[in-house]
Amino acid sequence: MLELVVFSTLNGVLYGMLLFMLASGLTLIFSMMGVLNFAHASFYMLGAYFGFELARQFDFWVGLVAAPLIVGTAGALIERFGLRVVHRHGHVAELLFTFGLAFVIEELVQMVWGKLPVDYRVPQQLDFVAFNLFGTTYPAYKVFMLVIAIGMFLCLMLVLTRTRIGLIIQAALTHPQMTAMLGHNVPGVFMLVFGGGSALAALAGAIAGPALVTQPSMAALLGPILFVVVVLGGLGSLAGAFVASLLIGLVQTFAVAVNLSLADLPGMAQLSPAAGTLIGDLWRVTVAQVAPVIPYLLLVLVLILRPTGLMGNRET
Amino acid sequence: MQTAQDLASRSEAQAGLSALVRTYAVWIIAAGLLVALPLVFDSGTSLTKMSLMCIMVVFSLSYNMLLGQTGMLSFGHAVYYGLAGFMAIHALRFLGVPGMPVPLPLVPLVGAAMGLACAVVFGWISTRRSGTAFAMISLGLGELVAASALILRSFFGGEEGVSADRSRLLPFAGLDFGAQLQVYYLIAAWTFVCVVAMFAVTQTPFGRIANAVRENPERAEFVGYSTHIVRFISFCLAGTFAGVAGAMAAINFEIMNALSVSGAQSGVVLLMTYIGGVGHFLGPILGAVLITALQISLSDFTGAWMLYFGLLFILVVMYLPGGLAGLIMLHAPVLRAQRFGVLVPSYLLLSGPALLTLAGAAGLIELAHHRLVKAAMDGTAMRLMGVSFDSAAPLPWLLAVLLLVLGLLLARVAFRAVRGAWSEVNAGLRQRS
Repeated sequence: MLELVVFSTLNGVLYGMLLFMLASGLTLIFSMMGVLNFAHASFYMLGAYFGFELARQFDFWVGLVAAPLIVGTAGALIERFGLRVVHRHGHVAELLFTFGLAFVIEELVQMVWGKLPVDYRVPQQLDFVAFNLFGTTYPAYKVFMLVIAIGMFLCLMLVLTRTRIGLIIQAALTHPQMTAMLGHNVPGVFMLVFGGGSALAALAGAIAGPALVTQPSMAALLGPILFVVVVLGGLGSLAGAFVASLLIGLVQTFAVAVNLSLADLPGMAQLSPAAGTLIGDLWRVTVAQVAPVIPYLLLVLVLILRPTGLMGNRET
Repeated sequence: MQTAQDLASRSEAQAGLSALVRTYAVWIIAAGLLVALPLVFDSGTSLTKMSLMCIMVVFSLSYNMLLGQTGMLSFGHAVYYGLAGFMAIHALRFLGVPGMPVPLPLVPLVGAAMGLACAVVFGWISTRRSGTAFAMISLGLGELVAASALILRSFFGGEEGVSADRSRLLPFAGLDFGAQLQVYYLIAAWTFVCVVAMFAVTQTPFGRIANAVRENPERAEFVGYSTHIVRFISFCLAGTFAGVAGAMAAINFEIMNALSVSGAQSGVVLLMTYIGGVGHFLGPILGAVLITALQISLSDFTGAWMLYFGLLFILVVMYLPGGLAGLIMLHAPVLRAQRFGVLVPSYLLLSGPALLTLAGAAGLIELAHHRLVKAAMDGTAMRLMGVSFDSAAPLPWLLAVLLLVLGLLLARVAFRAVRGAWSEVNAGLRQRS
C-alpha cells in the first residue's frame, strides 16, 4: 500500500509538472491576449516529433535544446503573421484560427511521420534504474523529467517576478493599454510570450516523448485535459494553474492505480444488477477505468460550486 | 350585384394567394427542389449523399443557433447529435417488433426529446458562462460524454456500436422504408420542417433577444433579460434540432458508434458552419452541402483531403470571416443596383492567378503526400491530372513552387483591380442613395 502511495505520488507530481509546463503558457497567453490557444497541445506534439527527428539524425540532447527553439520561433511567427491578422475579427475568430491550426498540424504530422507511434527512445545515458524502493524500480529518466520540469518552473517564476521583462509581462497582463502608453512594445511582448509559451510546450513534448507515446493523436488527447486544468485553476491565474495541474496529475495517477468498483464495496455483494444493463455497467466499472473521465467530472463540479475556478477572479 | 361582389372577393383571394406565394417563394422552391432532386440524381450513391447532406444541414443550422444567433462557440455540439442518435437507434430496436404502434417517421421525435433532455441538463451548467469559458466547458462536457461512451458499453455498444433494422417498424402509409429513396423523402421532409422551424425562431422576438445577447450581453442584461436564461433557451433549442439530425442519421445509417459523440464530429460541424458563414441563415446550409460534397468527392481523389479542409478553414477565418454566405451577401446590393457588370472583368482577371495559386498549392500538397505517405509502398512514380512523373525528382517540386509564387504575385496585382472596381461600384451606390 505504502509502495503504491509513494510511486503514485511521484508519478502524479511528475505528470502534474508536465501539465503545468503546458498550462502555464496557455494561461499566460490567455490572460494577455484573451486567446485560448487550441494549438497549444499541438506545439507540445511538435516538440516531441522534432525531438524525435533530431535525436534520430543527431543526438537526444540536440533535440532537447533545438526542438523548443524551433517550435518557439514557429509560434512567434504564427502569432505575428496569423493571429495578429485575425485579431481584428474578434476573439472567436482567434480561437477558431488556433482550432484550424491544431487541425492542420495534426494532419501534417500524420503525413510526415505516419499514423503509427514513432520509436522515440530514452537516451542511453539516462537508461538506468535510479533507485529501488520496496522492491520496485524507478527509472532515472523519470527523475530527469522531474528535475527539468521543476527547473523550468523555478526559471519561469524567476523570470516573471525578478526580471524587467517579467515585470512588463505582468503589467501587460492586467493593463495592456497603460503598459503601451509607458512606451513598452506590448505587441512585441505578446509575440514573445506566445513564442515562449510554445517553446515551453515543445520542451514538455521533447522530454515527455520518450516516456509517453509519441503519436499523432497525442495533442488531441492532452488538449482537453489542459483546458480542464486552466478552467479548474481559474482562467488567467498562474498559481491556480499550478495547483490544478498537480491536482489533476495526482488524481489521475491515483485513480489508475485503484482497481475497485462499486461492486467491490463491502456489503454490496448481494446487490448485483444484471450485466449488460446501464446500471450493471456503472456497477462494475472500476475506478481505473473511469480515470479518463475524472478530470471532466471535476470540471463540472467546480463549475457548479465555484464558477470562477479555484483561484480565478474573473468570470470570463 | 351579387356576382360583382363575388368576383371582387374572388380576385381579392387571388391577390392574397399570389402575395402568399411571393412571400414564401423561397420555401416553395426549396420544397420543390427537395422533391425533384431524386428524379434527376436517382442512383443509390447520390441518394445516400443527399440524405447525408440533409442531415448535416439540420445539424449545422442547429449549431448556428448557438454560434451565429446567440454568439456561443461550442466545441461539443456532437454530444446532442450523437446521444440522440443512440437513443433513436435503441428506439428502432425497441419498436422493431410486431405490435408496436409507432411508425418510422415519428422516430426523429425521439431524437428531439433526447437532444432536448441532454441540452437541459448540460446546458444549465454550461450556459452560466459565456465566451471563452463557455467554449471550454462545452469541450469538457463533450470529452466527458466521449470518454463515457467507451465505458458504458450497454448503451453505446463499445467499439462496434449499435445497429438496428429500420424496415421492421410499423409500415407507414404502405411504406416500409427499406429502400433508400423512401428514406431520402422521410429525411427531406423532416429537414424541411426543421429548417422552416429554425428560420421561424430567428424571426420571433426571442430570436432578436438572442441576437442582442450575442451583440452586447451587458445591455441585454440592463434591458431586463437574463442572459443566462436566453442562452439556456437557445442551447435547448439547438440541442433539440441537433437531436433530430442525430435521429435522422440513425435512420439513414442504421448504425451508431462512439465516433458520433466525439470531438471530431463536433469539430466537423463547427468547420462546416463557419465556412458556410455564421452571419446569415443561408450560411450553414451552404457550408453543410458544400463540405459534405467535398468530403465525399475529395476523399476519392486524394488522401490529404483533411489537410485541404483545414487549410480552407484557416483561410476563411483569416480573410473571409463572414464565410461563403457573407461573400455572396456582399454582392446583394450590387446585384440589386444592376452594377455587377463593373465587377465581372476584375473578377475574371483575379480568377487566373487564383487558379495558378490553387494549382501550385495543391501540387505541393499532393507531391508531399505522395512522397511521404505513398512512396514507401508504391514507389515514387505518380500521376496528377493525367501527367505521370517522379515525385522524388526536383522538377515537379520546382514547378509547383513556381506556380504558387507566380500565382500569389499575380493575385496581388489582380486584387488591386478588384479593389478598384469595388470602390467604383461603392461610389455609384452612394450616389444613388
